[in-house]
Amino acid sequence: MRTIQFREAIAEAMSEEMRLDPNIFLCGEEVAEYNGAYKASKGMLDEFGPKRVLDTPISELGFSGISIGAAMNGLRPIVEFMTFNFSLVAIDQIINNAAKMKQMSGGQFNIPIVFRGPTASAGQLGATHSQAFESWFANTPGLKVVIPSNPYDAKGLLKSAIRDNDPVIFMESEQMYGDKMEVPEEEYLIPIGKADVKRVGTDVTIVSFGKIIKVAYEAADILAEEGISCEIIDLRTVRPIDYDTVIESVKKTNRLVMLEEAWPLGNISTEITYMVQKRAFDYLDAPIIRVCSADTPMAYAPTLVEEYLPNAQRLIEAIKSVSYAK
Amino acid sequence: MSVKKITGEVYLKWYEDMLFWRKFEDKAAALYIQQKIRGFLHLYNGQEAILAGSLLAMNPGDKMITAYRNHVQPIGMGVDPRRVMAELMGKDTGTSHGKGGSMHIFSKEHHFYGGHGIVGGQIPLGAGLAFADKYLENPNVTLTYMGDGAVRQGAFHETLNLAAMWQLPVVFIIENNGYAMGTSVERSANHGDIWKLGLGYNIPCGPVEGMNPVNVYKGVQEAVDRARSGGGPSLLEIKTYRYKGHSMSDAQHYRTKDEVAEYQKIDPITQVKDVILKKKYASSAELEEIDARVKVKVNECVEFGEESPFPDASSLYKHIYDQENYPFIKE
Ligand SMILES: Cc1ncc(C[n+]2csc(CCOP(=O)(O)OP(=O)(O)O)c2C)c(N)n1
Ligand SMILES: [Mg+2]
Repeated sequence: MRTIQFREAIAEAMSEEMRLDPNIFLCGEEVAEYNGAYKASKGMLDEFGPKRVLDTPISELGFSGISIGAAMNGLRPIVEFMTFNFSLVAIDQIINNAAKMKQMSGGQFNIPIVFRGPTASAGQLGATHSQAFESWFANTPGLKVVIPSNPYDAKGLLKSAIRDNDPVIFMESEQMYGDKMEVPEEEYLIPIGKADVKRVGTDVTIVSFGKIIKVAYEAADILAEEGISCEIIDLRTVRPIDYDTVIESVKKTNRLVMLEEAWPLGNISTEITYMVQKRAFDYLDAPIIRVCSADTPMAYAPTLVEEYLPNAQRLIEAIKSVSYAK
Repeated sequence: MSVKKITGEVYLKWYEDMLFWRKFEDKAAALYIQQKIRGFLHLYNGQEAILAGSLLAMNPGDKMITAYRNHVQPIGMGVDPRRVMAELMGKDTGTSHGKGGSMHIFSKEHHFYGGHGIVGGQIPLGAGLAFADKYLENPNVTLTYMGDGAVRQGAFHETLNLAAMWQLPVVFIIENNGYAMGTSVERSANHGDIWKLGLGYNIPCGPVEGMNPVNVYKGVQEAVDRARSGGGPSLLEIKTYRYKGHSMSDAQHYRTKDEVAEYQKIDPITQVKDVILKKKYASSAELEEIDARVKVKVNECVEFGEESPFPDASSLYKHIYDQENYPFIKE
């Protein structure tokens, strides 16, 4: 099978869907002539022309709102944020318009739109360019929130997101665009709302999503040598959450560690923890532990980035703690 | 209008300052390649006349705020350049103790209010600084800088209206360097005269040539005087050019090498140097002495940065709340 990069998977998903449906268009900063700030729309201007692949000025509120309006009138927009940090100047349009329109209109308007772009940290970019907003969007009824962790998932999930009749937030990472993986040429779709067991294990369940899941693979490899077998669940969608897959795994391993890049207060880990204690309380052999980013803004210096982000060592400590292992 | 005379002394200061800023940025670029500076790094090369001309028009209490292309403005405002370099390197001796990095230089002491990473985010803040000065009856003016790309943000338009309504002592300065990343001004609006955006808000506005500090000075001084005397905000579109890529990873396919060369022909440092030599404000030998001094000063910045320690990991929890012992969630 051929191997492609994450960014190519994104471009393929968008291009394939745009070939099928002339009402899909892509807009955002640098998406057309520059081929995307991270080259995730490479070749698309050439193929689809400037009517369907539109460069915008730095006007996130404007082009997000215009796209929502276009969705109310029959189009299916894909909006790229250069990063989700910049979606904050457009968040009113997303939360108050995209997410609510169906309900406010008593079901008259679907908003089939995808807002996509990178989320979370990407090195030493400082406080305003490193934020993981998955749980912010996931908190809002009316939205769906998808966050793939590899190129194969990204392609199948993005195609589903584009076909979905509701607004979907689709989150990538600057640090994943270069990741390579075997991706079939034949069409496939991955359903929104289904978690994926990335590794089967028996001793501890690790639940994660997005690029930070790589930390779980690293930790699991190390722990395997010490005889601790980790089951790794990739949520892939954080609204809706596939609780069943998590609960099923916890009933088997009796131990759960959450790994997430967001700030701790009220994040996805908090939600999973609530549901697991409610639905599988009697199966737990240890308190659930989460490994997240620090409860602070990200800072620039390398020592502070290191202190801020989850890493394999912290995850291993957490896993050993729930396993009562040394 | 209180026009200052552009003396030989002014020219010589401009020459040394602008050369220092240029060399400081070049050194930062070199340190980036050595991975001693990380993340983003947006250089000011080519735009120096805007800072040089503006500084001459400012009074000691006046304030400055800008976006992320912000390493040399604080130096112009009086900040120790060694501390700026240390910040770029993420060191504890930096202006923000290594927390801000290259996009976020601040100095309360020197009236430099950042250093902002979200395009347009600093524009309301600049008007807010001016609001407070007016409220407190301080005779200060705030110079609020932004790129040509930033005027497409709602923050710009809302702020212009408010500043006009409340007659705030602020000067909005658009540094039109032709591009917002890879997007040229022509591709971001259906006309290229950005200064005209002031007309709709009834704000005095106009274009200013920005490769020569004399032209910048004249334009800015008029606007600063207006603000200080209660005449409210102005909007200047200063036309300039950025020589380097947007940040460090920019293949620059959106422009030609010839275009860059055209602007380098009217380079602000060269223009100032030519006047100095022509008017005999200094000899070539004297300018070479300045060049040597600049080189030493830049190297001192690097040495200082290299010798300084990174902030201790525990300082991640410092400088977030004023409240001491704030109960952070720690697992
Ligand atoms: C709200 C927002 N959107 C997008 C970005 C990404 N971005 C950073 S700089 C930039 C271009 C800004 O150009 P301009 O205002 O002309 O300033 P210049 O870089 O030329 O100094 C963009 C799009 C951002 N930082 N903030
Ligand atoms: Mg610009």
